[in-house]
Amino acid sequence: MKYVEEYRDGDAARTLAAAIARTVTRPWTIMEVCGGQTHSIIKYGVDTLLPPSLEIVHGPGCPVCVTPLELIDRAHAIALRPGVLFASFGDMLRVPGSRGDLLSARAAGADVRVLYSPLDALDLAVKNPEREVVFFAIGFETTAPANAMAVHLARKRGIKNFSVLVSHVLVPPAVEAILRAPDNRVQALLGPGHVCTVVGTAEYEPIARDHHIPVVITGFEPIDLLEGILLAVRQLEAGEARVDNQYSRAVRPEGNPASRQLLAEIFEVSDRKWRGLGEIPGSGYRLRDAYREFDAEQRFDLTTIETNESPICISGRILRGACKPTDCPAFGKACTPATPLGATMVSNEGACAAYYAYGRHLTGHLTPQDAA
Amino acid sequence: MISCPMPVSGYDRVVLGHGSGGRLSAELIQRVFLPALGNDILGALEDQATLPAIAGRIAVTTDAYVVRPIFFPGGDIGSLAVHGTVNDLAVGGAVPLHLTAAFILEEGLLLTDLERIVQSMRHACQACNIHVVAADTKVVERGKGDQIYITTTGVGLVPDGRVLSVHAAQPGDRIILSGTLGDHGIAVLSCREGLEFETKLASDSAPIIKLVEVLLAAAPRTRCMRDPTRGGLSSALHEIAAASGIGVELDESAIPIRDEVRGACEMLGLDPLYVANEGKLVAIVPEDEAQHTLAALRAHPQGQDAAIVGRVLAAPRGLVTLRSRIGGTRIVPLLAGEQLPRIC
Amino acid sequence: MCLAVPGQVIEVFVEDDVHMAKVAFGGISRRVCVEHVRDAVPGDYVLVHVGFALQRLDAAEAARIFDLLTELGALQDELAEQDGDPRA
Repeated sequence: MKYVEEYRDGDAARTLAAAIARTVTRPWTIMEVCGGQTHSIIKYGVDTLLPPSLEIVHGPGCPVCVTPLELIDRAHAIALRPGVLFASFGDMLRVPGSRGDLLSARAAGADVRVLYSPLDALDLAVKNPEREVVFFAIGFETTAPANAMAVHLARKRGIKNFSVLVSHVLVPPAVEAILRAPDNRVQALLGPGHVCTVVGTAEYEPIARDHHIPVVITGFEPIDLLEGILLAVRQLEAGEARVDNQYSRAVRPEGNPASRQLLAEIFEVSDRKWRGLGEIPGSGYRLRDAYREFDAEQRFDLTTIETNESPICISGRILRGACKPTDCPAFGKACTPATPLGATMVSNEGACAAYYAYGRHLTGHLTPQDAA
Repeated sequence: MISCPMPVSGYDRVVLGHGSGGRLSAELIQRVFLPALGNDILGALEDQATLPAIAGRIAVTTDAYVVRPIFFPGGDIGSLAVHGTVNDLAVGGAVPLHLTAAFILEEGLLLTDLERIVQSMRHACQACNIHVVAADTKVVERGKGDQIYITTTGVGLVPDGRVLSVHAAQPGDRIILSGTLGDHGIAVLSCREGLEFETKLASDSAPIIKLVEVLLAAAPRTRCMRDPTRGGLSSALHEIAAASGIGVELDESAIPIRDEVRGACEMLGLDPLYVANEGKLVAIVPEDEAQHTLAALRAHPQGQDAAIVGRVLAAPRGLVTLRSRIGGTRIVPLLAGEQLPRIC
Repeated sequence: MCLAVPGQVIEVFVEDDVHMAKVAFGGISRRVCVEHVRDAVPGDYVLVHVGFALQRLDAAEAARIFDLLTELGALQDELAEQDGDPRA
């Protein structure tokens, strides 16, 4: 597959890894922001090719695991309402709330459907006029244009039996919260490539400047990640702190203006609670007043639900990169993907889930020597 | 294909009466099941099948088939049931001899669909030189059964001297895969509502009886075999690693995957290692038998994409690891539940 | 958030006033909304996330990294020679 295979080339990876090793003269800590980047690093073993003095910590870029417990509970409650057809991306189905996950709601009789695209939820609404179709609209800025388009088209086509349960989160405020924390160790960032494809790179300029930290907007394939790390390390060694665009084949400085315009029309910035990080002002999207009729939280009158996070869980510190999953005493024992205690174990992209999936609870840091 | 000239007592769909043991049931058997699956034993319509004596070790397997949609590119629940059952026997080194099939039908299932399915089973049985010797039908109320479920039992004979065991893998052994991964699972997904996409990909649902014989002739000291169905290659290898107390290392670059499967997995965020296959085998073969076994498989029409995809290690025990195409290493975890598409 | 895949535009069409395309990923294809990438024409590659095209991929920018790799490869060979590395 073009634009995919060539970015997974072994020789290219080794060349970049060697260049990184030549460039590094002292220890550095780099954070990759996006969960998809975490997934790729572990899937290809990118970190096992890096010099030991370079530490990669995993950031909060997993909209699935940072979705607050309250919202999962609301999703669960809505799904169980009679007449509701609850549609969601696959990722959300196993996220546990206070009363179970969406799969258990389905087992209890809810009509829960997995969809690839929010636009297919509109088709469902048209095909099932007697049902109320609710789409779980989660994601970072990357997914917002598709969700916004679904709402826009619902308005345009007069589709009345459609609403969205919004849980959009924005990257820059979360990154700010991490960098401002007193125990922050992150010295450079690999910025979220697909988010920036939509919104552009301008929001990362003040981050680089104010925190004096290199920000390299990076893609998701192993070659992208290695090049991103190389660019970050070059800046670190030279004492520089600017925004670099590694993912220039997809990211333009202005992003996608048409998407930004639609987002501004449908959504407005709001405060949002992040599971594991707490409430971060101005860190989410909600539907504008003009589109409030499509807001599932308005359409379904839900009483406030009391939710409690686990006291043992340190996912807030893991999301900030202050520690690794293997530092947590519950990791792999009380806390597993089947019995997650917090945000970072909840989805495939959470750092704890990724570590568990790739066996780090058994082997610690997996090096080629370990596997030999 | 034989088409029934007259609907069964004027119904075009399965009704509860078809399962109640009375006239409707008898008509269903006569008009739909026997024309498709009939043979001397089944046709005798006894309550049990009395079979000719079997001299040697008997292999028995039982399986249940639930698939949505029931008709998919490359097959249907009927052919799937036959192939799956004979394949379970075959990977144990058994020659399949007899099948039984129990059908749970949902009230409302179109009789034309049922006919299509049992005809498909007929063709599948003929290709495997096997008969359904006992059958049963029950009907459940509408809404209580996903159109049709099929449960089978397969009986086979293991030739003398053939010893295969999931406990027998040894460090140094090679892992041979007979062909491309993920064809069945992705073909079925391509017509699943909410995830559909266009493709010419068809399920690989097929009997692997002959492929097994080719493999065992080339590699008489084969340790064990599996057909990597649900849970994919990962589950099959985990079973072997756990039972034999060894580790498995896969070579990502060596694993054969069709472009269609690759594309669909990229789009939906799925890993082909976990996707179901219905016409493939994975074998653990001693190192010195591996190369010529590979050649023998590749010479067979069903084994053209066969590959040596990994090797058995002494450690880490019970774990399946993968050397990625860029030279990094990771562990292939055992999936907790069903693999779901992801956006993240 | 992150899973966006490059696909090739096979055809473009308008459906119900919305710009759509048939996009191929390896051996499969799917309908994708290209409202925000209206300049994409058959043959172009677009980045697709949840059935929605985020951006058109820039071939020239995509090639840039391979120039870097060539440079780095050459540098690596030079250094290996200097060290008397038998791999050079």
